[in-house]
Amino acid sequence: MTTTLYTSDHEWLAIDGDIATVGITDYAQSQLGDVVFVELPKVGRALKKAEAAAVVESVKAASDVYAPISGEVVESNEALAAEPALVNSDAQGAAWFFKMKIADKSELGGLMDEAAYKAHTA
Amino acid sequence: MSVRDDKDSLKRTPLYNLHLSLGGKMVPFAGYDMPVQYPAGVLKEHLHTRASAGLFDVSHMGQIALRPKSGRIEDAARALERLVPQDIVAIAKGRQRYAQFTNADGGILDDLMVANFGDHLFLVVNAACKEQDAAHLRANLSDTCIIDSLDDRALIALQGPKAESALAKLCAAAPAMTFMDAGPHIVAGIKCFVSRSGYTGEDGFEISVPAADAERFAKTLLENPDVMPIGLGARDSLRLEAGLCLYGHDIDTTTTPVEAALEWSVQKSRRSGGARAGGFPGADKILGHFDHGAPRRRVGLRAEGRAPVREGALLFAAGEGGEPIGQVTSGGFGPSLNAPVAMGYVPAASSALETKLFAEVRGQRLPLQVAAMPFVKNTYKR
Repeated sequence: MTTTLYTSDHEWLAIDGDIATVGITDYAQSQLGDVVFVELPKVGRALKKAEAAAVVESVKAASDVYAPISGEVVESNEALAAEPALVNSDAQGAAWFFKMKIADKSELGGLMDEAAYKAHTA
Repeated sequence: MSVRDDKDSLKRTPLYNLHLSLGGKMVPFAGYDMPVQYPAGVLKEHLHTRASAGLFDVSHMGQIALRPKSGRIEDAARALERLVPQDIVAIAKGRQRYAQFTNADGGILDDLMVANFGDHLFLVVNAACKEQDAAHLRANLSDTCIIDSLDDRALIALQGPKAESALAKLCAAAPAMTFMDAGPHIVAGIKCFVSRSGYTGEDGFEISVPAADAERFAKTLLENPDVMPIGLGARDSLRLEAGLCLYGHDIDTTTTPVEAALEWSVQKSRRSGGARAGGFPGADKILGHFDHGAPRRRVGLRAEGRAPVREGALLFAAGEGGEPIGQVTSGGFGPSLNAPVAMGYVPAASSALETKLFAEVRGQRLPLQVAAMPFVKNTYKR
């Protein structure tokens, strides 16, 4: 059973036990435009909430993706290096960025559910 | 709140309503509210221009007529030569040339196009510099010329391999023009100024249209299925692949034409030993760079990896340690090359092709090589 949560910076987190899968939202990819490069955090890196964890670049600009919560990176989506355009075609599915081991579940309390995120981007 | 205030102070081109109706994403640029992209997006717009034809609104740029008080075009040409290192006298009627306004330090105040329209010179200058350029012309050339800012005209670029066939439907004279031909033509029944030039590396045209006719004119071109509207995002990636300078980024008041690798634009007649050598602002410095070499050079840069290297990235000679030797002035992803491309300034000793350099991106030094420009072969109709 997974729960999907959102940040005000347009990241999504799918929570499954103590693992969170992180990506950027469909709204975010539509704002960025054609994605041409993604830089992902290395496996084993300990991320602190709100630190720059990944970079997503369109033709025009580079944008940071922030760690939505604290935790250790356990997997990065290597498919994005070969096919950055996946972020445009399937932002909230195949184009997940990384998986992390949740350090502190209480940090999830500050995130939005889908209804709240929809209101945020409306 | 402040965003709305900013938007309110922005100027609009005669095609503003058309941009909105086409779904343009509007952003502030050089004081204008301009489309950075349309729904197709930067990547598709870029590739469409290289494969077919793209229509660009460049009405924000300045159009200036330089009219000789004597009625003799040579007088206007000689006058303008006091401000630019180009041979203006030699521009034949119906021809156009790339030029730069220089300052006393040999730097570049703006870059521009100069066309000979027979009884006057027609100048196209950058949007952000146009008031300053007109003031500069008035301050220096009013003795011989009337400086007429043509604020009631739009400027539309049509670029790409199908630009000729698209324009030919509206202007029978268009196909016979060659690269840098320029002059008045009737297009779609409208009195226009047409040049065979552009800012993409592709064959194409720039068409100056009376503001009142601009929307109808653009819509007529867009009825052609080969023609797609293109925003500023793709305009930038296209000119970057073509190795063309963006004023305020790749050239400015601190770069001489020689440092900027624009020697090709300075004719022999204005160089040391030429018939009209010197006589433009900063001539000592600029001719010194011609005669003895410039200390630094604008070069093309290709990255070994996939990460775009962007404007402002510092350049290093080695992967570790040492002081920066230069800086990237334009950089991004080249859609036609499907790879990152950049340009920047490096010391002359590091400017040879295939010199290995490193660019600092997010704290890491990424390997680059000095590469020939244009990155994408140009297709001008010579």
